[in-house]
Order: sequence, then structure tokens, then C-alpha cells
Amino acid sequence: MKVALPLSPVAILSLICASAALGAEGASLSDSKIEFNRDVRPILSENCFYCHGNDPNHRKGKMRLDIREEALKKEAFVPGKPGESELIDRLDSTDPDDLMPPADSHKKLTPQQKEVLKRWIKQGAVYQEHWSYGKLVKAAIPAGLNGVDFLVQKRLSEIGLKPSPEADRRTLIRRLYEDLLGLPPTPEEVVAFEKDASPDAYARLVDKVLKSPHYGERMAIGWLDVVRFADTIGYHSDNPRNIWPYRDWVIKSFNDNKPFDRFTIEQIAGDLVKDASPETRIGSAFNRLLLSTEEGGAQAKDYEQRMLTDRVRAIGAAWLGQTTGCAQCHDHKFDPFTQRDFYSLGAFFADITEPIIGRREDGMVIATPAEEKQLAKLDAALDQAKKKFEAIRPQLEAALKQWEADLKIYSVTLPELRDGAKAASADVQLAKKTAAALAKEPGKRNRKELDAIRDYFSAHGTDLFQPEREALAKAQKARDDFYNPLPKCIVSVSNSQKRIVRILPRGNWMNETGEIVKPALPHYLPQADFGGRELTRLDLAQWLVSRDNPLTARTVMNRLWKQLFGTGLSKVLDDLGAQGELPPNQALLDRLAREFMDSGWDMKHMVRTIVTSAAYQQVSTATPQLLAADPYNREIARQSPFRLDAELVRDNALAVSRLLVEKIGGPSVKPYQPDGYWENLNFPARTYPTDTGEAQYRRGVYTWWQRSYVHPSLLAFDAPTREECCAERTRSNIPQQALVLLNDPTYVEAARVLAARILSECHADDDQRIAWAWQQVLQRDPSDEERKTMADLLEKRLAAYRNDAKAAEELLEVGQAPAPADLDKAELAAWTHIARILLNLHETITRS
Amino acid sequence: MFPINPTSLNRRAFLGKATRGLGSVALASLLRPSILQAAPAHGVLQTLPYPQKAKRVIWLAMAGGPSHLETFDPKPKLAEMDGQPMPESLTKGQQLAQLQGQALKCFAPQYPFAKYGKNQTEICSLFPQIGSVLDEICLVRSMTTDAINHDPAHMFMNTGSQIAGRPSMGSWVTYGLGSDAEELPGFVVLTSLGKGGQNQPIAARQWSSGFLPSKYQGVQLRAKGDPVLYLTNPPGIDRDQQGGDVEAINKLNRAHDALVNDSEIATRIAQYEMAFKMQASVPDLMDLRSEGAKTLELYGCQPGDGSFASNCLLARRLAERGVRFIQLYHKDWDHHTNLKEGIAYKAQEIDRACMALITDLKQRGMLDDTLIVWAGEFGRTPMSQGGSGRDHHNKAMTVWLAGAGVRGGLVYGSTDDLGYAAVENVTTVHDLHATMLRQLGIEHEAFRFKFQGLDARLSGVEGAKVIKDILV
Repeated sequence: MKVALPLSPVAILSLICASAALGAEGASLSDSKIEFNRDVRPILSENCFYCHGNDPNHRKGKMRLDIREEALKKEAFVPGKPGESELIDRLDSTDPDDLMPPADSHKKLTPQQKEVLKRWIKQGAVYQEHWSYGKLVKAAIPAGLNGVDFLVQKRLSEIGLKPSPEADRRTLIRRLYEDLLGLPPTPEEVVAFEKDASPDAYARLVDKVLKSPHYGERMAIGWLDVVRFADTIGYHSDNPRNIWPYRDWVIKSFNDNKPFDRFTIEQIAGDLVKDASPETRIGSAFNRLLLSTEEGGAQAKDYEQRMLTDRVRAIGAAWLGQTTGCAQCHDHKFDPFTQRDFYSLGAFFADITEPIIGRREDGMVIATPAEEKQLAKLDAALDQAKKKFEAIRPQLEAALKQWEADLKIYSVTLPELRDGAKAASADVQLAKKTAAALAKEPGKRNRKELDAIRDYFSAHGTDLFQPEREALAKAQKARDDFYNPLPKCIVSVSNSQKRIVRILPRGNWMNETGEIVKPALPHYLPQADFGGRELTRLDLAQWLVSRDNPLTARTVMNRLWKQLFGTGLSKVLDDLGAQGELPPNQALLDRLAREFMDSGWDMKHMVRTIVTSAAYQQVSTATPQLLAADPYNREIARQSPFRLDAELVRDNALAVSRLLVEKIGGPSVKPYQPDGYWENLNFPARTYPTDTGEAQYRRGVYTWWQRSYVHPSLLAFDAPTREECCAERTRSNIPQQALVLLNDPTYVEAARVLAARILSECHADDDQRIAWAWQQVLQRDPSDEERKTMADLLEKRLAAYRNDAKAAEELLEVGQAPAPADLDKAELAAWTHIARILLNLHETITRS
Repeated sequence: MFPINPTSLNRRAFLGKATRGLGSVALASLLRPSILQAAPAHGVLQTLPYPQKAKRVIWLAMAGGPSHLETFDPKPKLAEMDGQPMPESLTKGQQLAQLQGQALKCFAPQYPFAKYGKNQTEICSLFPQIGSVLDEICLVRSMTTDAINHDPAHMFMNTGSQIAGRPSMGSWVTYGLGSDAEELPGFVVLTSLGKGGQNQPIAARQWSSGFLPSKYQGVQLRAKGDPVLYLTNPPGIDRDQQGGDVEAINKLNRAHDALVNDSEIATRIAQYEMAFKMQASVPDLMDLRSEGAKTLELYGCQPGDGSFASNCLLARRLAERGVRFIQLYHKDWDHHTNLKEGIAYKAQEIDRACMALITDLKQRGMLDDTLIVWAGEFGRTPMSQGGSGRDHHNKAMTVWLAGAGVRGGLVYGSTDDLGYAAVENVTTVHDLHATMLRQLGIEHEAFRFKFQGLDARLSGVEGAKVIKDILV
């Protein structure tokens, strides 16, 4: 029922307010052009698409508003005539049955939003293709200008803002180092840069940074988050798996500037590429990064489904910037992604060989040619020994049978179990097991029991063929001793017997009535022509980084922007769909994405393009006017300060104390962790084997990633558990961070080692020493207030430790690094407080 | 209700605004630290649509999956059919865990049931102490869950989803309501381990804040070592020195703020103050020696024994201090074998403690606004596993609730004669969450957070219902 209501005075007033609010942003409402993607889609998506969108099963009244023709067919609105449009009527209906959105949705449009919809219909109700699915347009840039700056400034002048001045040299070098290396510059590097008057000083600095092997470590952190790299399987027992070589592969790929298209292809199909090599196969470990279980009672079908869905979500998160998880059960409600798309995408991975339940296999052995040769030799020797043993096995089996019969006939008690027997406890254990097994009917013995009998018989029951048996044991041991320590990595191995993939009704794996699907690309995105053959992972990988696919480049550049500015150009990093955000500066994101493709997916080129822009080099402080106009810095009229990522907080402390071991790659390491933190892990129960020596002081990117108990000091600084793909870490500011920086032995040790550096490397008075310490950590001189605060505190602490030698000693014993014997303990303990305060400063853990 | 986006924290904007030009928030925080505490006194929900009957929740998580058949759901028929084949009509085509594909035989309840309370409700005779307070308790015998393995089932019970990365219910609640605890986290977790089990693992994700800001994550209080990770001063640094160092750090941070005008700095200063206070308040909380002998006797625990009973007493102390959500895990209810012996251990460990918690809260007038929930992550099969145990089971389990407007003495819902499936008033985990939120004053359908484009809710999207019949 349509009832035209005259506008109440309140409604008129709110309309005036609405106009005023919009007017403040530039043009007044009456003459502003409403744009579907910018103004209308967010309103419809948030309030309407849930019931009137892409999902037919949940669609109410067969009405869909996400496609113009469909909406028109159902007369949702009359273009040009908001007064005659049902959509508008429904918004203000007084009849609860007609009101949209309905009360039980708990959604409500603001007067401004309603006004936007009216204006939009008045202007003809024009739709636009969703911004991120459209072709990438490369905005023209006047010759000689930096594309980033041109587009940032174009936008700023449109909205009446001005860029901020360039940051000082110290800030610039610290920013660049933290963003691209994750390590601070040394005071000497800062001074050299400050003094470098040549016009290309900054450009050369960028070149130097991009050549550093630490660049790959820094860039890897974000990628390892988004692909959910971790050392353990995740579910239940959360046991280890062999995976760290993949992490090193990522680091190396960034350092070698492997083109991003190739980087992609090797991860999804490194086993299928023509030039497959051990290296590309390690890349394909990507397909194995998901969660798995060893829990008893887990059903293969259940976990087969979990693994499929896990993989689809990963492709969506890492490359497409599309949320896909909901399509496990039903068509996406906001985006065109269907349930069929979901399972068809999952079907690309149906060829991967893997145990669905249970322990992961050892994986591919990573060996040098010489090691491979040696392993082959040992394997051959083992084969030989086995063959020889096989030849004698029948005789041994016969002897075993005879032995067992004899034991029975003569009621023999095994010697180890006789009264007064003197045997090693392992032998007694084995004898006990054997006796128990022998007591059972031969046909009813289980595997373990049969093994026990065999082992006992071999060791104590017979002298037959001793040389052959010893040769076999020796060959086995030689091979194992060589094989076990070799690095291994679970990788993708294609199986011609693919798993059958069905659409699971409501995601229910027990329902096998759904249609069987073949691998297929999401139907709403530009397709490639494969001539009707069955698609493979390689096809998927190539399509993800083809020029036809507009999403990958946008998604990756958006994340890169976030790394360098603190917020993405589109702020929702994992969703470039309808519920994400139209970037305020879409031309900029699109240009970066196109240039990324055009450059041959050259990541270092893109990093260089952005960090050499004036936009990147602005100060991160804001004037009150700028803060009022753009509080969240979405317009890039300045840089943003933000806290360092979890790993880098620690890296920084290790670097300035010079504890850091700058080795690249290798097995994951276990730095100090509170005792008992793993007490709730089991199967097996585990204690944390704290590393000693070099391994204690490696960068955070190498820290052992135990999914169900991520290292607590990393967790406090928002390191994700990597159970699910994480495109964006939260950045919190919580008391646990203070507790970590104050009390974690990692930081206490770093403070006392830094204190030792102050005393042994700076031979001067206290005031100069304070200044020297400030240079080491912050690469600037302390202010008068800082000097005085520290001097006063130093005096107090020194007096206290002079009075309490034991306290000084206790403090100096924290951590593994020895305290230099030649330093006065009270003095060293007192300076430890100065160093500690420095490591705790907000400025120290902030990139500005 | 309009939950805020974590990346555009309004609170942060507020701080920034107040700091600018005045530099006064830092000062204010020294005078009145509660305005900047870790979890704000007020959550994102400015107004509540329902009366807040529960001010806090104590959730007793019986990890491993207690058998409803040896706790709260009497099944004489199952006893009669002991050893006989399970009727196929019940089990055909259904999901089982370790028993999948095996011959299914009935397994009688291992202990007799007895009558308690004014309604003479039957519960297992292993739990006489709980029986003595049964008039405060509402048994829900018709609970079901979606998951059948421990890890996903815990996730489902805690977050309403089997996919990792969702916020735990304690995070949701503190996010929505904040916390009245000035010097403690708003969401606290304790674990305990008794006798006779295999110590099933529990992942920290069970109390993770998922996609909500990290400040809403559950903080584990530990019986051994630092009660909160990194709580204790480094050796050789006393409390005065720690305070002096924190003061110096904050002083220098304030000076830096005057230069760069970054609203995060005011928050960081407040967090250092909070951390320093926690260093005193947490040990004080954990020290049960200040409790009278009578109280210790009521609970049946000794200070520092790390038992479930101790944790129940700690839960009361946390509740008194304004903590919003307290979750106690007691492990090893996973009785695949030796159920008879194993469940007796569990009963010994929790029976008196549960009674004591209810009694203690009641005598302090706190039961009226404290919601207690007792629940495993799933139930167990009426079929035997290996002749002495029961397998995981998701079609039937019993949970109970007490306090905060829950109808005591009530039995809600029932299972079939053999305890295989809930048949009357079938309830789901989502219903339980919705009911809990209702008692906290929250409309579960409107309590949401935008995540990956969706309005994520603790109570899911499949249509949860508040179990109104169990509420006063």
C-alpha cells in the first residue's frame, strides 16, 4: 500500500540538516552529482543486499536491488521520480509490514542516506560496475611528475587541502629503515644521510635499502600473515610440521625481486610449472599452510571439507581481496560470488596429495647436490641390506615360530623377568611387553604386540644370521643419521586421482547430494579462454596474475600502501567487494595497480615509486586544521605515525643493544618464553626448549610460530595466530605491552647489554653518556628535560645498587649474555635502568 | 546500537581531541585513571534494550565433554538395554567420532541417580553437593552442538563458529559492556587439571578476541609462575624502582607528546599506569590466604593448590572486583575409556566447588546479578566405546545455569529414552549465547561487528532464540 505523506516539520528540518552536512564536504546537495559506487552502493549493501542481493535462497519477495534491470523489473523505483518509487516509500513507511529495512534487521537509514537515495533516483538511478571489478585505468600523468604525487595532490586540491612539508632527514631514514628493513639505522648512518647534500641522497638511500638482505625479511612478515604461515598444524595437538623452508623462500623471493606473477605461480603451482625445480616446489608449500588435525575421532570427510574451505578463503584473502567464507553455505549476500564459485575454486586443489587426518608427511628433502648423492648412496646401501635380509627372513620367521613353541612347551619365563634378574630397565620393559603379547592367541595380537615379540626375539632370542641383521641395522642407522637432520618441507604433489568435489548444501559435509563440480574461475570475473579443457592449479595461478584479472594488483598494492602509510587506500584490506570501501582516491590505487602489472609485477619498482614520492616523505604530525579536516589521514596530506609490528619491536631492541644476530634464514628459533606457557598443549605434552647462543638473538620473523600458543610477547603486540589468513593486524595499545617491555627477559637483557655498551663504548661523563645512549636508540640528542630526568634517576639507582650489591647482581644475571667482568656492577645495573627506559619509550617503538 | 570499527576507535578520537591544546588528558589520567583503563567502564553499547539482570558471567567450561548420562540426565531405559544393540533407527547416517562404522551397543549409566531439591529432580548420585543447591540451578537437558571433535567444538561453544579467528564470548561481552574492574582485565580465564585423564589440549584461541581489538582478549591467570605473563618485576628491581622507571617513561612520553601531538601517547601512558597497578592488584587477588578458614573449607581448597575449587574461589574474588567475564576450564572429561573411574574423579573435583560458588555468591548477595553457566563442549554417546567409555556426541548434552534471573529448580528440555538425541525443546549453542546476552541486557541480533563485510554476531546468522522459558 502506497501512502504519500506530507513532510512533517521535523522531516523538513532534518532534510535541511542533511543538505548542510553534505554541503560541508564541498558541493551543496541540490547540485551535487550522486555517484552510485561512492554514495549509493554502500547504503544499499549495508541495508538492503542481505535480503535483496546476490543470494537467491535468502532473497525476500524475489526483489533484488544489486542489478538495475532486476530492480526495474520489480518496479523498485522509477528513475527520475523518487516520489513514485516504492523503495523511497518503504523507507518511511509507518506500516511495520512495509517498512524497510524491517525492524528485526536492526538497520536504519539516516536522513542523509535517505536523501542520497532520493537524489540518486531523481538523477536517473544510474548504476555503476563495482569499482574493483572494473578494468584498471591508468590515469595520465604529466611528463616528469611522480604519479603518486600528481594523483594525491589532484585529490587534495579538489577537497581544498594542502600537503604537509617534508620530514627531516633523521625521520626519513628512520621511517625508510623501519618500513623496508624493520631495523633502525645506526647513528652513523643517520649522520651520513643528514650531511649528504647531493640532490640524489634520498634516492641513493632507497637503492641501498632495497639491496639489503633485511628487505626480504621485512617484506615477508606481511605475506606470511596473509598466507597464514606457522610452524604447527593448528588443531588440537598442534604438532610441528616441516615448513620453515617456505618462509626462507618468501624472504629470498622478495630479496631477489622475483616478479610477483612468478611469485604467485610458484606458490599455487610450483610443482606444475614446466621448469619445476626444488625451489619452485618449496614455493608450492603455500598449498600446505592450512590447518590440519591429528585428533582421534576426526572424520576424513569433515576435514577434507575444512581444508577445501580453508584454501578457498586463502586465495580470496591473499590475491583477490574477496571475502569468500560465507559462500561455503550459501551464495554471497553482497558480492556476486556464488556457492558454486566457492566449491569450483576449491576443486582446483583436489589433486593435492596429503593425509587428510593425522601427521603430515616429512615432505621434500632439501639437499645440496652432494647431499643428494650421499643420501642416494645410503638409500642404495640400505636397499641392498634389506634385500639380503629378505632372503633370510623366511628362515628367521621359522626360527621365531620354533622359539615361541619352545617357550610354551617348556613354560620358559623370559630371563629378564626372572627373580633376581639383573637387566637394563629397557630390556625388562621389552621383556614384559613380549611376555604379555606371547600370552595372547597368535591371531589376536595387535601390531605393537607383534613388534614387541619380533624385537625381543631379534635382540635376545636368536644368534641366527647375526651379520646380516647387523648390516641391516647399521645401514638403517647410517641412512637415518644422515637423513633426519636434512631440512624438509611439505610441498604440493599432484595426484592424478583427484578428490571428488561437490557443492555441499548448507556447507554440510555429511550431505552428499550436491552437484559435483570441476575447477572453475569465479563466474563474475573476466575469464580466460582455456578451450574447454579441465583446469589445473597452474591455470588458476596464471589467471590470478593475468592482465584480465583486475583484483590481484589492486589487492596487493592496497596492502603495500598500508605498510608504507599505516592505512590502505581502501581501508578494508581483505574486502574489495561491496562491503569494503570505495577508495577515496581510486585513481591512485588503480594507477599503482596498472603500473605494477606494466612493470612486469616488479615489487621493488613499486616500493621505490611510492617511497620516493613527496607524499611518503611528508611529516607525520598534523596541524589542528588538518586534523579536523581529515582526522584519519585518508587523504594523505601528511604521513601517519604508527607502532612497530610485534616482531620489529623486539628486533629494534636487539639491534640497538647489538645482540641481534643478522643471519638470514634457517629453522625457526625459540627465544625466551615464560615457563608453563605451553602447559595446555598435549599429545605429546611439551616443554619449551629455549634456544641458546645465536638462535636466541634472531629476528622475530624466525620465531617459532605455535598456532595455538603464539609467543606471548609477540601476541601482546598483535602478532596474529595465523590460523586464518590475516591481511591486516590490529594495532592495539594495551597494558600487556608495558609488562612485556618492562619485564620480559628479552628486553631486560637487551637493556643491560645496551648499558654495557654505554659504559664500555662511551668514555665520558654521565651527561655525555646519556646523550650517546639517546643517539644509539633514537638517533637524536636528548632534550634538557630528558637529560635531567635521566641524570636524577641514574644517581638514585646508583646509590641503591651501591647499597645492595645482590640486587645489582640479580639484575645482571637476566638472560644468557654474560655481563662484562670489567664493569662495575652497581654502575652497570644503574645504567640498565636508563637503557630500559629508552627501550620503553613510545618514540622507540613508533615509526613516525 | 552501532558498534564502532576498531580502526577508527572513537575513544581514540576523544583522547586526541581532549589532548590537543591542553595536554591535560595525561594529567587527568593520573588523577582519575579509570577514564583510561584497559577495557573502558562502558563498552560500545551505550544503552541496553533489556534490564541488565546479569552484571557478570562465570562460565564453568568442563573441557573434554562430560557425559550427560553420568551427570544430569537419568536414563533408566538405557540401563535396561545395557549391552544390547543400539536401535539403528536412532543412529543411521549420523555423524559419530571414533565409533564411526563400528557396531553400536548400549552402555548403561555407570552410577545411580538420586532425587534432590524441592522438585525432587534426579541427578547422578555422584553430585550430592550440587544436588543440595539444585533449587538455584536450571538444568537444560536438550542442548546440542554442531561440532564433534574437541577443538572445533570448543571454538563453537566459545565463538559460535567452528572457524578460527572469531572473538570468544568473553571478548564480545567486554567489548559490548566494558568492565567495572579498575585494575584487572575485563575478561579472565583460569584453567585446572584434575586426576585420571589425558589432559586434552586447549588452545589460547578459545579466549582470543579474534577480530575485535586485542584489549578484549581473555587474560589467563596462572596458578604457577607469574599469575599474568610478565607480571613480576625483573630480579634486582623493586617496586619503588619499577614505579620510578614507569614514572620516568611516562614523563618523557608526555614531553614527546607535546612535540608530536599523537593521541596514542596518552593511551600508552595510561596503559603503563594500569600495568604498574596490575603488578600489585593481581598478586593481591591471587592470594587466598586472606580468605577465612570457613570459606576455604566451604570450597574445599588450599591456597595455591591450583585446583578447580581454588579457581571457583578466585572467580568469586574476580566477580567482587568487577571483572565482567570469568571463564574456568576444568579439563579431562574425555572419557573414551574407564568412564566409571574417571567421572568419579571429576565429581570429586567439582561437586563441592560448584556448590560453594553458588552458596558463597548467594550469601554475599551476588548470585542475583551473576550468571553461572556450566557446560562441556559436547555430550557423550549412550553407546559404549571399548566396553568402558563413551564417544563424543553432539546431539545431546546437559548444561546448567544459575543466578541472574534464571529459574532455579527447573528442568528444561529432554532427550529420548536412551539419551541419544534431544527431542523436546531442543536448544543450540547459539540459543545459549542469545540467552546469556539477554540476561546481560543485550539484544543478540543487534549486537554485531563488521568483519569481512558481514555483520558478525556471537549468536550466528542461522536464527538463534532466547530460551525464555528458563528465565524468571
